[in-house]
Amino acid sequence: MISFKDVKKRFDSNVVLDGFSLDVHDGETMVILGYSGTGKSVALKHIVGLLEPDSGQVEVDEQIVHMLDRDGLTQLRSNVGYVFQSSALFDSMTVTENLKLGLKRQRLSDAEIRDRVAASLALVDMEGTEDRFPAELSGGMRKRVGIARAIALHPRYILYDEPTTGLDPVTSAVINQLMIRTREKLGVTGIVVTHDLESAYMVGDRIAMLYHGRIRQVGPVEEIRRTHDPVVRQFLDGRPEAAAEADSGMFRAFR
Amino acid sequence: MYKALSLTVANWLSTLGSVGHFLSDVARSLRDVRIWTGLTVEQMRRIGVDSVPIALFISAFTGIVLSMQASYTLTGAVPLYFVGTAVGKGLLLELGPVLTGLVLAGRVGANIAAELGTMKVTEQVDALETLAYDPHSYLVVPRVIAASVMFPIVVAMASALGIVTGWLTAVNMLELSTFEFFKGIKMFYQDKDIWYGLVKSISFGFVIALVGCGMGLSVRGGAEGVGRATTKAVVYGSAMILVLDAVWAVTVL
Repeated sequence: MISFKDVKKRFDSNVVLDGFSLDVHDGETMVILGYSGTGKSVALKHIVGLLEPDSGQVEVDEQIVHMLDRDGLTQLRSNVGYVFQSSALFDSMTVTENLKLGLKRQRLSDAEIRDRVAASLALVDMEGTEDRFPAELSGGMRKRVGIARAIALHPRYILYDEPTTGLDPVTSAVINQLMIRTREKLGVTGIVVTHDLESAYMVGDRIAMLYHGRIRQVGPVEEIRRTHDPVVRQFLDGRPEAAAEADSGMFRAFR
Repeated sequence: MYKALSLTVANWLSTLGSVGHFLSDVARSLRDVRIWTGLTVEQMRRIGVDSVPIALFISAFTGIVLSMQASYTLTGAVPLYFVGTAVGKGLLLELGPVLTGLVLAGRVGANIAAELGTMKVTEQVDALETLAYDPHSYLVVPRVIAASVMFPIVVAMASALGIVTGWLTAVNMLELSTFEFFKGIKMFYQDKDIWYGLVKSISFGFVIALVGCGMGLSVRGGAEGVGRATTKAVVYGSAMILVLDAVWAVTVL
């Protein structure tokens, strides 16, 4: 289980997370929705210790992430797959080398590594690209390799940072199906950070709306879809005219 | 005035703290021997072997100039075989290590800062961490060790070539025989001339790689941040070489 407990984080004077609390249960896929720049990715980075909270804490399997020592953090990271918004593939390495890198840390035999690489690439339908470099792949292919790199580790958790951002609708649908397939085949707990509603409805068990640094509403997908909360409603409906209203004083009590 | 001063002091302390933090992270990463050993060999090729042509190019011309200038300065004052002394001492003690160091501060320091900076802004460094690698073990330690090992080798080759071109210049363009040139070199030779230059180059390699890595990993922003880090790596690396050069001269000579 992953728990955010009253997490606060600021960069200089910019408050990004302001009392962010959320529980993600084992086996579920939690979607964190929110406007661009509201700190969704920042929240995700706290889970693997890429960022430390100014106050509050993030717990993974009841371990407080920012209290872990170097070895503890290494152990935690080997249980978490992270799919970056930019894919973050190592551009000087081939697809195979990208996948192998994380597996080498798990001290597997060469045969096991080969099998894992092949199986992961097959799961994302990327066989035949083993010797290609990231620069030779399209955006959608890079995303799929990024997912393959994460699932090759056989993690307990997978974190997806904007997995469909910048992709055409068909490729987005492919990525969505991949996320569903990954959960079904590997049974991993997932957190998907996105502002793509179609993706959220498709892959999520629950949806949490991040607004002004904290969770505005969290619940099962259908409950969120029928919400009457004005801020969440406005986001789901994509109504720009409601932005000022939603941000006005009468709703400030919800923050 | 007071506010500006306190802000400057605070910034300096903050920078000092960041540098200390970075150095302690690098020192701690040394224990990840399994990670950095294989990578160090590849870096030795990129940092050392690939730098040989430019280092030799610089030293070849330095030897020629040194020979001609020594002759110009010493003619009529002292015997001309002192040209050999000037070329030998000048290259082994100072120009070999420092000129090579300054050139490699540009080539190696800039390369490291740009590469790591680009990795930083494209989240490749974060990706490395999520794959359970410490970026200091994977990126910094191999580069720093490779530079520290390879710089003295490159400097030794550069100094040797400089002496050869200095000798060829003396023999062909000055009225000096091979015997006289090497008599000048041997006359004031001490073993210290050799190890002083090489030890100095180890420190130059260490600092250039460390500054390059530090600048690269501290990049913020996009391409502009990478550009800034690259420039800083060259400027600070070069400045550190000159400072270290003075420190070595004061403490050892």
